[in-house]
Amino acid sequence: MEKEIHANIPEGDLKDKWSNYKAKAKLVSPNNRKKLDLIVVGTGLAGASAAASLAEMGYNIKSFCFQDSPRRAHSVAAQGGVNAMKNYQNDGDSVFRMFYDTLKGGDFRSREANTYRLAECSASLIDQAVAQGVPFGREYSGYLRNRSFGGVQVSRTFYSRGQTGQQLLLGAYQALMRQKEQGKVKLYTRHEMLDLVLIDGKAKGIIARNLDTGKIERHAAHAVILATGGFGKIYYLSTLAMGCNASAIWRAHKKGAFMANPSWTQIHPTSLPQSGPYQSKLTLMSESLRNDGRIWVPKAKDEKRPPHDIPENERDYYLERKYPSFGNLAPRDISSRAAKEQIDAGKGVGPLKNAVYLDFEHAIKEYGKDVIAERYGNLFSMYEKITGINAYKEPMKISPSAHFSMGGLWVDYDLMTNIPGLFAIGEANFSDHGANRLGANSLLQACVDGYYIAPYTLQNYLADQIQVEKPDIKHSAFEQAEADVKEQLNHFIQQKGNKTAEEFHREVGKILYDKCGLSRSEEGLKTAIAQIQNLREEYKTNLLVPGDVEDINSELERAGRVSDYMELAELMCIDALNRNESCGAHYREEFQTEDGEAKRNDKDFAYSSAWEWSGDASSPILNKEPLKFEYVQPTQRSYK
Amino acid sequence: MVIHLKIWRQKNQHTKGYLESYTLNEVDAEMSFLEMLDSLNLKLAKQGERPVEFDHDCREGICGQCGVMINGIAHGPLKNTSTCQLHMRSFKDGDTIYVEPFKAKAFPVIRDLKVDRSGLDEIIAAGGYISVNTGQAPEANSILVSHEESESAFDSAACIGCGACIATCKNASAALFTSAKISQLAKLPQGQKESSKRTVDMVNRMEELDFGHCTNTEACQVECPQDISVLNIAQMNYEYNKAKLKS
Ligand SMILES: Cc1cc2nc3c(=O)[nH]c(=O)nc-3n(C[C@H](O)[C@H](O)[C@H](O)COP(=O)(O)OP(=O)(O)OC[C@H]3O[C@@H](n4cnc5c(N)ncnc54)[C@H](O)[C@@H]3O)c2cc1C
Ligand code: SF4
Ligand code: FES
Repeated sequence: MEKEIHANIPEGDLKDKWSNYKAKAKLVSPNNRKKLDLIVVGTGLAGASAAASLAEMGYNIKSFCFQDSPRRAHSVAAQGGVNAMKNYQNDGDSVFRMFYDTLKGGDFRSREANTYRLAECSASLIDQAVAQGVPFGREYSGYLRNRSFGGVQVSRTFYSRGQTGQQLLLGAYQALMRQKEQGKVKLYTRHEMLDLVLIDGKAKGIIARNLDTGKIERHAAHAVILATGGFGKIYYLSTLAMGCNASAIWRAHKKGAFMANPSWTQIHPTSLPQSGPYQSKLTLMSESLRNDGRIWVPKAKDEKRPPHDIPENERDYYLERKYPSFGNLAPRDISSRAAKEQIDAGKGVGPLKNAVYLDFEHAIKEYGKDVIAERYGNLFSMYEKITGINAYKEPMKISPSAHFSMGGLWVDYDLMTNIPGLFAIGEANFSDHGANRLGANSLLQACVDGYYIAPYTLQNYLADQIQVEKPDIKHSAFEQAEADVKEQLNHFIQQKGNKTAEEFHREVGKILYDKCGLSRSEEGLKTAIAQIQNLREEYKTNLLVPGDVEDINSELERAGRVSDYMELAELMCIDALNRNESCGAHYREEFQTEDGEAKRNDKDFAYSSAWEWSGDASSPILNKEPLKFEYVQPTQRSYK
Repeated sequence: MVIHLKIWRQKNQHTKGYLESYTLNEVDAEMSFLEMLDSLNLKLAKQGERPVEFDHDCREGICGQCGVMINGIAHGPLKNTSTCQLHMRSFKDGDTIYVEPFKAKAFPVIRDLKVDRSGLDEIIAAGGYISVNTGQAPEANSILVSHEESESAFDSAACIGCGACIATCKNASAALFTSAKISQLAKLPQGQKESSKRTVDMVNRMEELDFGHCTNTEACQVECPQDISVLNIAQMNYEYNKAKLKS
């Protein structure tokens, strides 16, 4: 049965909501904080910043990650930059404008109050990062520099060369390590969360596997925060790291937490194309390249000539042609879809005909090679390392690739899921970005969630937990969860089938990429659902996992992650099939405008889906959180 | 192409390791080095054998999780390239490649090519930060940092914490890694207040753990995927001596 959803948005005018909340939120006094234990799963920007900030306040933190150091969380890979409303460029930026850009970029499918708060808290992040020693780009005068990013008309992006994520993460990581040194944080690296433990309906702990020994551990706490990042790796080929997974949030989902808008995946337009069947990941080339690079394909199908031999009048600069005012800087969803259109029409380039050209010839002629090298030198050398091609001489070949999960665990204004005591922050939740995320907004969201929101909203919850005894790991709920986890792991090993988890992963990824990726149709989604169900059946009997359960075993780690992907994949298709409209990155072929753009249906679909686990992956329950627009009027997005 | 491999296999820290030989007949030059290992592991799994455990995550040269000795060189033959960014086009048909874990007393082997590098986190915990709590920060543009200072701090901050410098060093010194953080923060006005304490604490921690002493062989910079300069070590020594003179 459908449930009513309460987002718990505070009273008051949009711009006062967060202040009102803070003014009224319950607090925990400093001497009580040391009596409260918190589990934070994830050490990316969201997890590290939350863990450090809460430890500074006096709470006891257990911090988990699957990598061998917290500094390696995939936030480290973000290149381009982080947005913040400082209006340092005096170009007309304001909190409202940033809020509006984000809401519009997300095609009016996010909550006004959350999105506004993101913009409102953005400025403090830059202050904090600078104080931590993050080396942002600077003017010669010593002031901070900005650049502009796709889909907006102001310069509000701060950056550290092409390694903004790394530098922000190191700031948060260092703050975390400082608290570890002070004894407020206990680190559990190379640990993977495999289940959530509920006692009396509240989140009270997790089951984790020590990846170095294979031992299963129980950890109890007064609240659990999931900051486990995105699940774009479900497509197998993606810009995510090899270990990125949905397991933590999916297992929480199976314990009752709602999954919101799971099918909304951002496909990034500028990644390197697949070069062969052995390929394990696709590397992102920063979107900033689109500032000077021009995107084109040959006008003729199956063109055999090398790019230099194709004269200007036989090239189609399709983004400039279709979107004259934004051109090569059209938003990501639109650029990716346009590339797919060309590739599907047989105009793709490269050995597998799966790419388009990103050409710097004109820019080099106009500004000289030195200027281009200064702007993008590190990207050109990365391109050469991977492909062996010198992009000063020959256009780059790029293609769209799965990149970011707008969907995730459903959370209310407090960033708490529908399970009391279970919070989700960063890319793991669904808030803020709607159906399409603007460039440089997600580092921001991860940081704002962790540094500025969770510390307040957790206290609001914890204030009522002081009197409650700390849960005992001998409780039957822990026992049951541990037994379930062990049973599953043993089942993986005992099958001794013929296909490795990676082979299954490639298959399910391909199904999703073809039928639940850049464009979707009713027919395709239905086929995909049937295919996924078959594959999931096969996964129960034909899986091959060598080695033992109680040992280091990366094949076994993968088996667990792929098992969750098999279920989530179906939910993504069901979600996409349910949504009979196009919005942002969700493009249903049946719902397009006359000129082929996404056609929203605000009358029937101005809601976030919040799917509930029913016990069977094929029949989830749909709950709806209506989206009310009180401060902006949704319009048809246009970037022409 | 055909590639012959000699790979270090070791069950755990307490057992002895050995080199095992494998041959792959269908290696594509466009494969990355780790994809080549993936293909070996797929083959081993299908034969019912234990795949080779190795560390990796981002596979784009930034997380620092990968890293093995390739023909005796940390991260392999290409300059300023991490193991995951190395491609098979750097090798020739018929080559024999030796693949071994990063070896250092402070990096015990966990299994096969995986080692425990938690010592690096310990060094950072000793003082590799500016002590500022969330919420304390002043307005960002009230701290001016010149373009040169910021760029130079960035050059030090680019370290990915892979440990190749230590694996390469005959003394297994962590001087390059430690100094990169010390000098990044010392170059910035925000970081200068604590510089003396930070330097002494981090250097002491480095010595308490099983890292060796730096004798200025400069092999570390050569193998560093981020080209972190040995000048950082000079700055660390300067900061250290300054701190000692003050105390
Ligand atoms: C290549 C790339 C470039 C990007 N560039 C930009 C950019 O320029 N600007 C921008 O704003 N955004 C960018 N993004 C997006 C942005 O980087 C991410 O959305 C953001 O960093 C996510 O942070 P997070 O803390 O939520 O998750 P992550 O940083 O992914 O951290 C997840 C953490 O959870 C842990 N974890 C996961 N599962 C488990 C489990 N089961 N058990 C235990 N631990 C677990 C991991 O160990 C890790 O510590 C980019 C993303 C990619 C992939
Ligand atoms: S200094 Fe270089 S080699 Fe050493 S850990 Fe840092 S990046 Fe790796
Ligand atoms: S796998 Fe991340 S640096 Fe190599």
